[in-house]
Amino acid sequence: MGAGHAGGTAAALLRQLGWTGPITLVGDEPIAPYQRPPLSKAWLKGEADADSLALRPDSFYAEHDIALRLNVRAVEIDRAAGVVLLEGGERLPYDRLILATGARARRIALPGIELDGVLELRTAADADRLKAALGPGKRLAVVGGGYIGLEAAASALALGAKATVIELQSRVLARVACEPLSLFMQDYHRSKGVRVELGAGVDGLEGEGGRITGVRLSDGRLLACDAALIGVGALANQELAQAAGLECDGGVVVDLTAKTSDPAVYAIGDCTRRPLPLYGQMGRLESVPNALEQAKQAAADLCGTKPPSPETPWFWSDQYDLKLQIAGLPLGAEQILVRGEPATARFAVFHLNADNQVQAVEAINAAPEFMAGRQLIGSRKPVAPDKLRDITVSMKDVAA
Amino acid sequence: MPKITYVEFSGTEHAIEVKAGLTVMEGAVKHNVPGIDADCGGACACATCHVYVDAAWTDKVGSPSAMEESMLDFAENVQTNSRLSCQIKVTDALDGLVVRMPESQH
Repeated sequence: MGAGHAGGTAAALLRQLGWTGPITLVGDEPIAPYQRPPLSKAWLKGEADADSLALRPDSFYAEHDIALRLNVRAVEIDRAAGVVLLEGGERLPYDRLILATGARARRIALPGIELDGVLELRTAADADRLKAALGPGKRLAVVGGGYIGLEAAASALALGAKATVIELQSRVLARVACEPLSLFMQDYHRSKGVRVELGAGVDGLEGEGGRITGVRLSDGRLLACDAALIGVGALANQELAQAAGLECDGGVVVDLTAKTSDPAVYAIGDCTRRPLPLYGQMGRLESVPNALEQAKQAAADLCGTKPPSPETPWFWSDQYDLKLQIAGLPLGAEQILVRGEPATARFAVFHLNADNQVQAVEAINAAPEFMAGRQLIGSRKPVAPDKLRDITVSMKDVAA
Repeated sequence: MPKITYVEFSGTEHAIEVKAGLTVMEGAVKHNVPGIDADCGGACACATCHVYVDAAWTDKVGSPSAMEESMLDFAENVQTNSRLSCQIKVTDALDGLVVRMPESQH
């Protein structure tokens, strides 16, 4: 249930691992599973076509005996009967069910939110709308300085548009990155010509003739714009699961085999709240690597094959000529250590716990730091902070 | 279309016709060839599409960029003919290319 990156991958993996029964893949979007990360980057900039966006060619599903049902939503799961009820009344029986319902953009109750030109970015259709609103001289206001907003701002500039990022917190990426990285990113965006408004609340969106003309800030200023992208986080699509009595807690709760509280029902990807074994807690991860890892867990469990080895959570973003790579989660860190000079646009921030084990690494154009950091997070091997700080000591030697 | 042969670690071969312009990684993923994970979808950000280029093809395929090299430096089981398959564009000149997969991408 859910034909995104997670659901599409799970169906393909089931066939790879030898699942011989019928597989039905149901999605509410009009197109077959595709990659979402390029929507705010290459796709928005016109550098990727539909073929490259598609996870697999349309012919793949029939060739592998996967019934792909698009443009249809599930409205109810009847676990006792083992049936998913689809919109329109069709009853889809199942022996095993995988929920891959994803997440949706968080909506905020702002005056004017219904105006034309107020956009969000989750789907290819959203990206098409955003792309149509951009172009030379167009003004894009981005509400929320998270990854989606920053990536969209960078892409807007590449299309000749102007972009303003409006962030309520005192720094961009406040929820998801450490302070040195936030400061670097907001400076970098400003140096490229993005206007970044920090500590800025939004009172409402203003328009004329039903179309947005500006964003009214809490301090009274009006930022004129032709379109506004609202990127203030995402919520797990857990309602179906919740209504079916499955345990949910800001995401469908699963174990390391991606099973929910009902052993016949699995959940994978953005919609889940999952164990994070390295950190001894549960969490929700919104990333492709997480979707793939959980797709592997579910497929292996369903086919009775060897469970995949545990992975270190990681994430990446491309903006301008910056490659941002993050591994681990900055939980339980006692010390933040910067390796390299942010001014050179090549540096990494390491989060160490009290035992000098790496909990997380955030790397800008610093692949060795990211790769070695990711290994160190998994291995739990302590590092010498002095060596780590010294860029004349190679990461191989730091990790040795 | 150029034909690429992907050889799994187990020895299973998959001969696939891949459209020129796609990458060797995309050819594998789009045709459900096991053994190439490609977590990042081709952004040279993860090193989970690692392959060994068959000796006869290393010259034609060319050498990795600095970015790719530093990713490979920290991948598992790296050999001199290791490449990230998302960084190899398929062209007619690569018709017949053979790539082998490592035991694991993680």
